[in-house]
Amino acid sequence: MSTTLDRLHRGQTATVTALELEGAERRRLMDMGLLVGTTVSVDRVSPLGDPTAYRVRGGLLVLRRGQAHQIHVALLGGDPT
Amino acid sequence: MTAADSSAGTSPACGDCVLNNVSNLRELGVSPAGHDIVAAVAGNPNTGKSTVFNALTGLRRHVGNWSGKTVDRAEGGFEYRRRRYKLVDLPGTHSLLSTSHDEDIARDFLLFGRPDTTVVVVDATRLERDLNLVLQILQITDRVVCALNLVDEAERNGLAVDSRHLARELGVPVVPMVARRGTGMTELLEAVEQVVSGAITTRGKRVQHRDNRLEQAVSRLSEQLEREFPGVANTRWIALRLLEADPRVERAVADGTLGELSTAATLAAPPGGNTT
Repeated sequence: MSTTLDRLHRGQTATVTALELEGAERRRLMDMGLLVGTTVSVDRVSPLGDPTAYRVRGGLLVLRRGQAHQIHVALLGGDPT
Repeated sequence: MTAADSSAGTSPACGDCVLNNVSNLRELGVSPAGHDIVAAVAGNPNTGKSTVFNALTGLRRHVGNWSGKTVDRAEGGFEYRRRRYKLVDLPGTHSLLSTSHDEDIARDFLLFGRPDTTVVVVDATRLERDLNLVLQILQITDRVVCALNLVDEAERNGLAVDSRHLARELGVPVVPMVARRGTGMTELLEAVEQVVSGAITTRGKRVQHRDNRLEQAVSRLSEQLEREFPGVANTRWIALRLLEADPRVERAVADGTLGELSTAATLAAPPGGNTT
């Protein structure tokens, strides 16, 4: 199932399929390990859902909803609620 | 031997013994005048760069666990096996393809300051992410020692890193350590010394692009750069950035400041200014 990162719920795991970002922001996320094919899972969600912490390659990456919305993922498992 | 002798801990003879590696270390604090070797400490944010730096120089640089804590270069000195080192602690950076001021500092120093050796500190618990920077640095220089820090944390999380295999893959020494407790510090010093003295020949892993057209463009461009800026290091890397349209590098080439960068990075050391 294809969706964007901001639509994932806690505990869900997905694979990155595309980064709809450009320039320095794209570069920065890629430097921190967020590449196409990377497995991402939702680690923690703040009370209002923004920002959200994701597990990426053993590290924790915290993104705003706006950023997460631009990252396309394919759902792997977890509980699709 | 009297009771007083034994309570003194190590006798003076022990302190000089060749088997006692730490005895070869003399912290020189902030006055590294007349150094022979310039060594840089680089790494991702929060991997323990400043802890390693402090352990070697005897300085007490503030270590703080938040992003952008170390925003400037700090320098200190130490002496090991009769060589005087100037150690430069760089701000944490995820990449050399920088996007912020503190990343620029780290990048400019590594690229144009040409340290004799670079210690890249990586977090054993986030190795996959941190190796990105190691590989990027290996494209620029072979004289690298990888400090695999926080192995105690990794163990606690059920991770074991095969450092010897990693060293083979990277082509440079990998030293497992717990900088916070001083574990592995001797081994790190030995590795640095061996890389500096040439006792170990490092062969840093180079990323192959496997694209003939790209390779041709890069070599043509770097030849031009060498003609234009004789003596500038890493023209290949600069050529790649130009092809990628990195605005900062483009500007440096266009206005001719690229030539100055190589000297400026080594000379313009901030006087004591370390942290924000």
